[in-house]
Amino acid sequence: MRRVRQFAWLLLALTVLASLGAGVWAPADYAMQFREVPNSPPSHQHLLGTDELGRDRFSRVLYGTRISLLMAPAAALLSTLLATLVGGVAGYLGGWWARAAMGATDLFLSMPWLFLLLVVRAMMPLNVAPVTSVAVTFLLLGLLGWAGSARVLCAGVRSLHDSDFVLQARASGLHELRLLAIQVLPNLKPVLLAQFWISIPVFIISEANLGILGLGVSEPLPSWGSLLREMESFTSFGFEAWKLAPLVLLVLVVSSFQIILSQEEVYA
Amino acid sequence: MKRRPLALFLFILLSLAAALGQSGGELKFYVHSDPKTFDPLAVADDASETIRYLTGGVLLRVNRRTQQAEPELATSWTIARDGRSITFNLRQQVYYSDGSPFSAEDVAYTMQRLMDPGLHSPTGDAFRSGSGAVHSHVDSPTRITITFPAPVAGLDKLFDQVAIVSSRSANKERAALGPFYVADYKPDSYVLLKRNPNYWRRDAAGRQLPYLESVRLGIQPNRDIEMMNFRRGEIDLINWLDSEYFDRLALQSPALVHDAGPGLDSEQMWFNQAPNAPIPAYKRQWFRSTNFRRAVSQAVNRADLSRVVYGGHAQPAAGPISPANQFWFNSKLHAPSYDPTGALRLLQQEGFRLQGTSLVDREGHGVEFSIITNAGNKSRERMATMMQQDLGKIGISVHVVTLDFASLLERITESYNYEGALLGMANTDLDPNAQMNLWLSSAENHQWNPKQKSPETAWEAEIDRLMREQAASLDPAKRKACFDRVQEIAVEQQPFIYLVYKNALSAVSATVANASPVVLRPQTYWNIETLSMRLQTASKH
Repeated sequence: MRRVRQFAWLLLALTVLASLGAGVWAPADYAMQFREVPNSPPSHQHLLGTDELGRDRFSRVLYGTRISLLMAPAAALLSTLLATLVGGVAGYLGGWWARAAMGATDLFLSMPWLFLLLVVRAMMPLNVAPVTSVAVTFLLLGLLGWAGSARVLCAGVRSLHDSDFVLQARASGLHELRLLAIQVLPNLKPVLLAQFWISIPVFIISEANLGILGLGVSEPLPSWGSLLREMESFTSFGFEAWKLAPLVLLVLVVSSFQIILSQEEVYA
Repeated sequence: MKRRPLALFLFILLSLAAALGQSGGELKFYVHSDPKTFDPLAVADDASETIRYLTGGVLLRVNRRTQQAEPELATSWTIARDGRSITFNLRQQVYYSDGSPFSAEDVAYTMQRLMDPGLHSPTGDAFRSGSGAVHSHVDSPTRITITFPAPVAGLDKLFDQVAIVSSRSANKERAALGPFYVADYKPDSYVLLKRNPNYWRRDAAGRQLPYLESVRLGIQPNRDIEMMNFRRGEIDLINWLDSEYFDRLALQSPALVHDAGPGLDSEQMWFNQAPNAPIPAYKRQWFRSTNFRRAVSQAVNRADLSRVVYGGHAQPAAGPISPANQFWFNSKLHAPSYDPTGALRLLQQEGFRLQGTSLVDREGHGVEFSIITNAGNKSRERMATMMQQDLGKIGISVHVVTLDFASLLERITESYNYEGALLGMANTDLDPNAQMNLWLSSAENHQWNPKQKSPETAWEAEIDRLMREQAASLDPAKRKACFDRVQEIAVEQQPFIYLVYKNALSAVSATVANASPVVLRPQTYWNIETLSMRLQTASKH
């Protein structure tokens, strides 16, 4: 298992490095349309061929990876912070507060988030640059994705709140805020890290879902979601296997995230 | 050795049958949703339309190849000079599929039901020329005169869509006068149509038509599965193919795919010119400038759109009517040639200038706008992305926004909160009267600036006048002249920037004899009566 985890780390590191160096490795601009050679197979000029508009697929995979791999952790951070705020306060205060906060969380969890995302996205201003659309897409994902983590954090804080060492600290006259800062939060760190880490592949896949529906990152910016759209017509797989490159990368990266996070950490 | 004569006999028999087609056999293809109705007078969706075409008996039929009206249940007809009435002489000895006889009473009953406002029939709406009732006068069992409150232009061809229902049959709309009748329907699965045993038409050799025993309409919304099952031989035709699927299929079986040339459908973009639209005033000013719209039109490389997005299965578009519409197409019009330099010249005339690589207006606003289109339509998304690059070359920054269809409609029909839109127009009717709700400035579908109380520009007033004039006239030449001018104004003013006309692409299995796809709907089975299944054992395409 250790070797597998090391391999997963290596794969993630290589993917991140390759995407960060997209400006160096990419043979063409991700938006450049080589209109004379749309849908071309792999060649010296285009290692993974070109897409339907003649754009270099290898360059788009590199840039798309950068976007998905940079923005998903940002969304995960935002959702973990929100979850900490809601779940932490509810768990620490307990009683009516906890019931109200968890009720709201349950309500949030029961909502069809995909439709919620569609509605929120439809209300957004239209004249936004593609880069802004990326930020907004992941911001929305982060703002809407905190509820599951909040429940876990609430339970974690509740358990800490009732633990012997916290009771002892409180009995010794430690101020509540100080108690929170030096006793509760440090002990909550593994849960927070686990929630953050789990959320990253979730947001990667969420963006991919939106992208497949054509509602993710705006053209001409690539993301894994928009790249995966090429595979909608599954009848083409037989003779255009190179189109699977973004899917293979997505599966490898998401699996790597899951492998790195050990079972103990998941259930911490 | 004894087997040889038998084998030879069988070979000859099979060859003959394959060459001539044969009576019997089942044609299978897909419709993409359940039919909303089996009432031919209330048809408003594609699946119901397909069933109406295959089962409905009509007084006259527009031949999908020649685009001329031909006698069916009516042997002849006359339109009165004032254009308000039409008299049909009907075929005798015609019976519905359930055996009940057909007469002028049925035509009268059909018109009465069709014009009933409670039915909300789109087919009936086409006949509403003015306020007042439609009267049918039965002169005899084989002669009827229908009178409208006001003249109806192109009146005869409108009857192509009117399936005559029985006034006496207990089965009502299920009793068919067309080549087939509805025998079975399993929701989400199939509609089975069987040969009408009482169908009146016979072929040149005196054999009763149709040749087919039945038509099985599978209900399958997924185009990928449709394509896969066509390749497996589980269905016999695909009436409408996407250019991507077409090319993929053409690689494997070039003989099975048919490109009938430019169809009636066009793809176009337009700018929002509505005065109450929540967009900045300076942008509205750009969008209302004819030179701005013409510059954008010239800066779009339509040849590339046709070649890259549609794989060459589309033609650069000039105006609202494609060459597929033989009578109404204005052959003097040509698609604007790709000319970014010319576009910049036009923009400079309007006070725009290049500042570095960006275009700015005379007040210094950077020229950028968004184009909305419906998410999931890959062709439109690709066209918008290509336009983004084309317009980028003259310094215009375009944001492509894909929206779910409901949000898109809300923006273009209610809130008007958008700048540019890219959508298509599916033309099913050849006559320009079907486009009244698009061209009249007061119309709801006058998309660039709908529901105007009075025309806001001189050219829109001119279009209003010409459209009304052609609608009121019964002289085809005069109508054509009026609508030709409407098309010319549309090209001069570019309220719609027409991009491409999509070709009519279809696929027909080698097992189907006598298929001859055309550009008008239904492209592949318009001659359903003479289609037949060849005796072939090979089922894989």
